Amino acid sequence: MIGKALLHLLLLFLLSPLLLGVIGKTKALFAGRWGAPLLQPYFDLWKLMRKGMVLSETTTWVFLAGPLIGFAVPPLAALFIPFGALTAPVSFTGDLILFVYLFGLSRFFTASAALDTGSSFEGMGAAREVTFSCLAEPTLLFVLIVLARLAGDLSLDAMLGPSLQPAWHQAGAALGLALVSLFVVLLVENSRIPFDDPNTHLELTMIHEVMVLDHSGPAFGLILYGAAMKLFVLGAVLMRMALPMTYPSPWLNLLVFVAGMLALAVVIGVVESIMARLRLIRIPQVLVGTTLLSAFAMVLLLR
Amino acid sequence: MIMTVFITGTLLLLFSGVPGLFGRSSPTGGERTALTLLLGGALLGTGGVIAALKHPAEASLTLPWAVPGGDFSLAIDPISACFLFPVFLIAALGAVYALGYWPHRSNPENGRKLRLFYGLIAGSLALVLTAHNSLLFLAAWEIMALAGFFLVTTEEKYLETRRAGFIYLTCAHTGTLALFALFILLEQNLGSFTFPAPAALDDNSGPASAIFLLALFGFGIKAGLTPLHIWLPGAHAAAPSHISAFLSGVMIKSGIYGLVRICSFFAAPPAWWGMTVLTLGVISGVLGVAFAIAQHDIKRLLAYHSVENIGIIAIGLGAALLGKTYDQPLLTALGLAGALLHVINHGLFKSLLFLGAGAVIHATGTREIEHYGGLLRGLPLTGIAFLGGAVAICGLPPLNGFVSEWLIYLGLFHALEGATLLPRLSLFAIPALAMIGGLALACFVKVFGIAFLGAPRTPAAAHAHEAPASMLWPMGLLLTCCLLIGLWPGALLPLLGQAASLWSGETPPVPLLTKYAPAAALSWSALGLFLLLAGAACGLRLGLRKASPRVSTWGCGYPLPTARMQYTASSFGALLVDLFRWGLRPDRHGGETQGLLPDAAEFSCHTPDTILDRGVIPFCRRAIRLFGRLRAVVQNGSTSFYLLYVALALAALLTLATLSRG
Repeated sequence: MIGKALLHLLLLFLLSPLLLGVIGKTKALFAGRWGAPLLQPYFDLWKLMRKGMVLSETTTWVFLAGPLIGFAVPPLAALFIPFGALTAPVSFTGDLILFVYLFGLSRFFTASAALDTGSSFEGMGAAREVTFSCLAEPTLLFVLIVLARLAGDLSLDAMLGPSLQPAWHQAGAALGLALVSLFVVLLVENSRIPFDDPNTHLELTMIHEVMVLDHSGPAFGLILYGAAMKLFVLGAVLMRMALPMTYPSPWLNLLVFVAGMLALAVVIGVVESIMARLRLIRIPQVLVGTTLLSAFAMVLLLR
Repeated sequence: MIMTVFITGTLLLLFSGVPGLFGRSSPTGGERTALTLLLGGALLGTGGVIAALKHPAEASLTLPWAVPGGDFSLAIDPISACFLFPVFLIAALGAVYALGYWPHRSNPENGRKLRLFYGLIAGSLALVLTAHNSLLFLAAWEIMALAGFFLVTTEEKYLETRRAGFIYLTCAHTGTLALFALFILLEQNLGSFTFPAPAALDDNSGPASAIFLLALFGFGIKAGLTPLHIWLPGAHAAAPSHISAFLSGVMIKSGIYGLVRICSFFAAPPAWWGMTVLTLGVISGVLGVAFAIAQHDIKRLLAYHSVENIGIIAIGLGAALLGKTYDQPLLTALGLAGALLHVINHGLFKSLLFLGAGAVIHATGTREIEHYGGLLRGLPLTGIAFLGGAVAICGLPPLNGFVSEWLIYLGLFHALEGATLLPRLSLFAIPALAMIGGLALACFVKVFGIAFLGAPRTPAAAHAHEAPASMLWPMGLLLTCCLLIGLWPGALLPLLGQAASLWSGETPPVPLLTKYAPAAALSWSALGLFLLLAGAACGLRLGLRKASPRVSTWGCGYPLPTARMQYTASSFGALLVDLFRWGLRPDRHGGETQGLLPDAAEFSCHTPDTILDRGVIPFCRRAIRLFGRLRAVVQNGSTSFYLLYVALALAALLTLATLSRG
């Protein structure tokens, strides 16, 4: 179990910034530019970690608790999910709820850290973050119900285990709907276009970026790293649903997983390139629509 | 022996405030005597409950009582124990807290009254939770309700307080009326006023549904299930904070206790019972937290969160009822265990939050969240306690709120295994619960962020001072309890398993619970989280070679920001209030500006309780007008008409008697 956990953490720590690099490269190629190197996120993290930090006069210890918890939660959550066909190091009945609520914990402290600066920009970002997340949460639970129903088990490892492949034949429609809904949740939770723009510097339109406006240096590095890992962890769940095959060779399994994650990054990059950012007041409508879609997926299985 | 200890404890609680009524000249008003008696009572009571759980054979008692049909019989079983532990703990901590929050020296006019009724409500609540006879239950229930009224109206000089007290009294008595009918029906079914054994009643008879509906109404009012929650926000806001903590933390749970107890009498409740409770739970949960987001009075906000948490408890109870109907022991065991654990947990974190709010009010002199800001500097310890309570109430790991919600989730997921469609409909409660959690998170980020973080918005907030030790210790103890249950939930599972098996009338569910709810894994995960956090913190510490310079918050280059430019609680909640405007109906005034370079404008936003202020009160006003007109016709002052009424009433009664006999 220790060995498996170390392998999981190693994959997570090493590969997660690469996803951001791939997304950036894809967007650049779409825009007809050459773009930053694939490893740019690693360089950025390295640079931030060596920098000094500037703190606002109004902040307290909560300001630093946000990045710390945002960094600590994804590795823990990663231990509950399989990476492709590599089974999860930790698995118990009901870990799916812990998985969802751990991200809630990190959201609580990220948003609190934003309010700690006393800036209205960051207040705005925090308000939007908590509002949109609580609309995305029911969708995630509907998807989990679909998976639990198909696997007949309440641990993420079994839900995303070998039973998934035959399930695509039995209940392909429901799983397909769940997959689309989960992709939307992934985009919202990781603040990607069309819900949020990770690149813009217009504070009034941003959600996640504006919350971390006052963080700098190593704290900001922790935030970026944590966000990359969160994308990796949620992406791994999505990837496993889309590519449920298990091969006898562990190396082949690993290869399929890594290739799948990179493909996911390319897909996110394509979505970001071809879509415009939604108007802020449209976002709740899209999220409610997605919830209904995932509810439909569940109803398909309950008949 | 065990019951003697328990009764002594209860009596000490009941009469803890009485010695203070004598000795008018004493400057402390018998504060210390009352506290000693109350602490002694709470200790004896807790000891009695623990002993009763260890020796169930000696856990009941019947004394002679000269009331026709009633006997003074008490019994402690695992179900009552789940409710009793928080009662004793929070009553004792609230009394300690009162030393600093409501000292007799600064409140000589109402201190004695407060302590008298505080003891009465705690003692009578202990009686309510152990009474095994309907008449005794009702008597204790009435003492509790009346003591609650005098506690709510402690500061009777304010109009708002008197109004809240009046609404509370009306609701309490409407509920009691339903309970009278309920227990009469129960007596006709059983032939005695003694409570039957669990699963002893047949539910196919006609009165069973009437009994259930009356219980849902009577106990639902006390518990504060939407739409019966109307008394709750006003009463909790008007009472002193440690009283609100007691009312919200434990007193309203007596409603849940009644509902749980009455439902346990029936062997196989009809499906619609469980569905009704579940639906009401979801409605209470979502609307409770939506109303909470729209409030800017910190105590009203916390009161609405009680409505939300009662909703979560009702979801667990509804799942348990459905499990009983469809014979799914996992649904029953996990649902009820989750509901009961949430009763304990809510008692802990809600009283922690109310005590924290009391410390904030003590320091700033206002309940308005918009007047706070940056309090974490002045009140660092209160801030940590409040933050702990906030994380716990949002159901986030690694605190206790997560454990009970986790159990309820697990129970609901087991509804998937049902053979028919109806129990599976309860799956819709899962996303609803997730949404309630998300909304609660939004609300508590708002409260904690606006009150404790940022820059002070008023001079009072800037000069706020930390609470005295007598107020900090109770908060610290409650926070420790929250953390302990969160880190080691396995300790409580046996008690919950016993309660669930007693409730469902089956014996096995205890090992079931430990098998299907691996609480030890939660403890290990919490440990993992702490390790990762410590690692990240060390990394951050090593990365910083020198102390970070302090500058002002970045404001797009604007160098002179003021505290008034911060995001406010109303603006933080505006997006969500707007999403729920169909139910909240917020009042907005002003805010429009005209032309270029407009003058100063005003804007205010206020969200009254839709059901009370837009439903019940207008309806009552209209009814009063109607009855006033009727009275003017009927009571016209002429004696001959009055004689006619007497004759008519007599004739009607005689006819009725003849018909019923014939």
